[in-house]
Amino acid sequence: MRRVVWRNLLAHKVRLALSGLAVVLGVAFVAGTLVFTDTLERTFTALFESTTADVDVSAERAFEPTGAPGGAPPQPLDAALAGQIAAVDGVASATGYVQSPGVYVIGPDGKVVATGGAPGIGTGWDPAEGLGMTLTAGRAPAARDEVVLDEATAERTGYGIGDTVELLTPGPRLSATVVGTLRFGESGGLAGASLVAFDTATAQELLAAPGTFHGVSVQAADGVGREELAERVDAALGEGLAVATREEASEKRTEQLAESLGFIDVFLLVFAGIALFVGSFIILNTFSMLVAQRTRELALLRALGASRRQVTGSVLAEALVLAVLGSTAGLLLGLAVAAGLRWAFGRVGLTLDGSLVVAPRTVVAAYAVGVLVTVLAAYLPARRAAKVPPVAALRDDHAMPDGSLRRRTRAGAVLGVAGGTALVAGTALDDAPATLVLLGSLALVVAAIALSPVLARPFLRVAGAALPRIWGPAGRLARENALRNPRRTAATASALMVGVALVTGFSIIGQSANASIGSAVAERMRSDFIVSSAVTQPFSPQVAEEVRGLDGVASVGVARLGFVELDGEPTMLFGVDETTGDDVFALDVIAGQGGAPADGQLLVDADLARDRGWEVGETVAVRGVNGEQRELELRGIYETAPSVGPALLPLATLGELGGEPLDRWVFVQLAEGAGAGAVREAVEAVVADHPIVSVKDMGEFVQEQQGQVAQLLMIINAMLVLSVLIAVLGIVNTLALSVLERTREVGLLRAVGMARRQLRRTIRLEAVLIALFGAVLGLGLGLVFGVGLVSVLDGQGIDELAVPGGRLAVLLAVSALVGVLAAAWPAHRASRMPVLRALATAQ
Amino acid sequence: MNPVQETSTTGPARTASAVAARAESLTKVYGRGEARVVALDAVDVAFPRGAFTAIMGPSGSGKSTLMHCMAGLDAATSGRAWIGDVELSGLGDARLTALRRDSVGFVFQSFNLLPTLTAAENITLPLDLAGRRVEQEWLDTVIDAVGLQGRLSHRPSELSGGQQQRVACARALAGRPEIVFADEPTGNLDSRSGADVLRFLRSSVREMGQTVVMVTHDPVAASYADEVLFLADGRVVDSLAAPSADGVLERMKALDPRGGA
Repeated sequence: MRRVVWRNLLAHKVRLALSGLAVVLGVAFVAGTLVFTDTLERTFTALFESTTADVDVSAERAFEPTGAPGGAPPQPLDAALAGQIAAVDGVASATGYVQSPGVYVIGPDGKVVATGGAPGIGTGWDPAEGLGMTLTAGRAPAARDEVVLDEATAERTGYGIGDTVELLTPGPRLSATVVGTLRFGESGGLAGASLVAFDTATAQELLAAPGTFHGVSVQAADGVGREELAERVDAALGEGLAVATREEASEKRTEQLAESLGFIDVFLLVFAGIALFVGSFIILNTFSMLVAQRTRELALLRALGASRRQVTGSVLAEALVLAVLGSTAGLLLGLAVAAGLRWAFGRVGLTLDGSLVVAPRTVVAAYAVGVLVTVLAAYLPARRAAKVPPVAALRDDHAMPDGSLRRRTRAGAVLGVAGGTALVAGTALDDAPATLVLLGSLALVVAAIALSPVLARPFLRVAGAALPRIWGPAGRLARENALRNPRRTAATASALMVGVALVTGFSIIGQSANASIGSAVAERMRSDFIVSSAVTQPFSPQVAEEVRGLDGVASVGVARLGFVELDGEPTMLFGVDETTGDDVFALDVIAGQGGAPADGQLLVDADLARDRGWEVGETVAVRGVNGEQRELELRGIYETAPSVGPALLPLATLGELGGEPLDRWVFVQLAEGAGAGAVREAVEAVVADHPIVSVKDMGEFVQEQQGQVAQLLMIINAMLVLSVLIAVLGIVNTLALSVLERTREVGLLRAVGMARRQLRRTIRLEAVLIALFGAVLGLGLGLVFGVGLVSVLDGQGIDELAVPGGRLAVLLAVSALVGVLAAAWPAHRASRMPVLRALATAQ
Repeated sequence: MNPVQETSTTGPARTASAVAARAESLTKVYGRGEARVVALDAVDVAFPRGAFTAIMGPSGSGKSTLMHCMAGLDAATSGRAWIGDVELSGLGDARLTALRRDSVGFVFQSFNLLPTLTAAENITLPLDLAGRRVEQEWLDTVIDAVGLQGRLSHRPSELSGGQQQRVACARALAGRPEIVFADEPTGNLDSRSGADVLRFLRSSVREMGQTVVMVTHDPVAASYADEVLFLADGRVVDSLAAPSADGVLERMKALDPRGGA
């Protein structure tokens, strides 16, 4: 039997290579994701471990704010603390340091040097060693207008020692001379972040407050272990301070980072899953076809005494070999994928250093996934192979028995009804869990796959009705060939269906999100101009200050982002001043009073109030990241509005609770009679000093917000292209195998006078029909998902349903094109077949 | 006789000449060096219009190769071949395809029909491929002659082997080709179905004025022809007019002393 397996593999190299490609791509994504994640983590771990302080002391956070872009701001410590720690037995030295995000380098082109979402870090030079900094050129900063840049930033901007560099800080914009370059840690990798070191006094002034630090870096005396030292320091200090050994500090920060980058993992693994799911159809199809083609051969084996198990085993053994080869290739391709991702991240500023990390887990996962999927997909055809009656070897025209579709139809119908019911229930009922909708959607996908062979016949008849009229015999043959084996057509189309359904669903969600953002912003915010950064970076309050003094400006409102605990639950919310609360946010107040919360008050939205059972006038306990506590009176409850967030605090209160003293939004209202154009010019002149922010009117602001959604959608769709790519492979595979199967037919057609062009057209039209079938099924499913998900997301920022009809039409057209592309190679092969040899091919 | 018509390869080719197809020093060599096999050795042959010619010979005598080369299915190594007035050598694939479609009819040993098309669609396939209009009167004559009136909407899987082969014969004749090449048309049929097919081929020649060339190794089949050509080692070695099955068998025995056909 083993010899049979090998001979078959060798005889069907091309076909197996094609179906193996599906395994390769799926495994490559799994492996690539894992390798990239490990590399990312290694980079960050190395980054954090670069800090060589034995023990780090910082202000304890009351809680860890989650989801904060760029992390929560550091809390200041009294400078006297360093002396206190230095006195602890076993401490060799204790140096206060200042280190905070919010310092950006402006490149020679006048633009902020991109950090790819990583923070622009400002720091005091002392203690350089404790903070992991090594001087590589020049000298340490010694005056207010001197700085040291990290090597990567210096290289990227071209700034050298002696050059003047412009810096954005949380305070004023600054002009300084580069006096040196530094390397961070061993490798110098900062994962995209930029690092600017000031002399300590300047750092305190810019980033903290004179006489305060963000932490104390402690070195142990000889013979004192870190843990022991940490314990001693902890015992010597009072409440409210976090004491961490180097390992603990590194671990904690890595964890935070992993959490904030975790979405990349999830994202990539989801696509790996899709790739494998789609790929399994191709494998199933290939083996089905190979088994069907080898009916006589398998029957001969049975006639010669092979048992059913041996026949099944031989097919599965072939699948296993394919799986191992495919997984190996996939693993290698995965390295390329990871390298590609690293390159792509590098392009946006997030540089990862060193070689790729291939953990044993990655290898195990790649093989496990590849082998499992392949063998599972080959199991059904293998079982079918065993059912070939030995007598088939003696007959000329035995076709593989195709089981009745009845059972499949019944199962599909039941699943479809169940899925549909779940979906409707999930969207109609207010309190239904979102998982109900997801389960319903999943059931519908499986139902669609099960029913697709049944649906294929009517679809192909109708869709193909016009083909004979337009393309004559080529059109008729194409339609008949597609109809010949509805299971095969359906399985081929299913691969495309999944991809199209996902793209459709996401397009609907995206379009709905855009429409919702547009109306939400337009309804909830009233401002003539908005100053904000496009990448949600906070910026200096100086901007608002300067704008306030301009002619023609009636009032200026600001909003800041903050994290507090409301009755014990961490919440991300806005702090607003009076102008913003009273004039800019147009809240739909449903209880109590609207407008700006006065000192000692807060406003919450309807969802939050309902969840917690709060009523107007009630007292809400609020705790800041710095541990400060306040009791605030609930002033009013407003209709939930995503653009405003779940709660509003007075600006001053948020500041007391440890909120960063940086603005997110500045709203500018025109004075009566002031020229909008002139005021805008004046505001733009102010903003010119702050390259990360820009001025926009409401229309532009809405567009910018929508642009973020569009960008996200683009990334998602770009990834989904992969599943479409695999679907193309599937169509190529099916067609190539079909052409091989019909070699004699092709020969006959050519002999009786079918031109090569006509033959190619026949195959192309068949491919287009299959692709359109998949696309139409996918569009239908995608519409159901999209509409279902939008109704679930109602109240979470997406409350309007919008179907991008144009884009879906394009999707359909692209699918047809996919068919044409997929047919290119099989059609070429078929048209090049020598007529005589094709005619002589054994059936 | 037919009037002189156009000889283009895109329309029905019809010439007044008495020869439907001919070859001059047609040679076909396979392989090289020690594996060199001369399948056709400078064959000169002409198939008269309106005649039923059978080609016989032992296995490996080159009879199938001769047919393939003369039908434009295979390229000869050297020599020339014509269908009507059109010379095959030097024609590209597109023109050869068009020539096969318009001027040649084929009947093969097995697997003659497209399983996805009905009998009627199979019959008109070459015409459809060419985009030519079906001459309904002629088509009816052909279908009557093969006796398939009631079976036109059936798919091949619903027809017997003999019926399938008769559909194939009808297809070969549907376009009024210059010449019909039949490659062992009865090879896969029982003797009764085979006789039906042979009678039809003969009547197409006698009554409809068609030209048929048939490759066979069955002396009974050959006896339906007007003339039998005998091939051995790539050469035409003999011929027999108005053959009988016994007469053919005698000649065959003389060609191959081992008696194998």
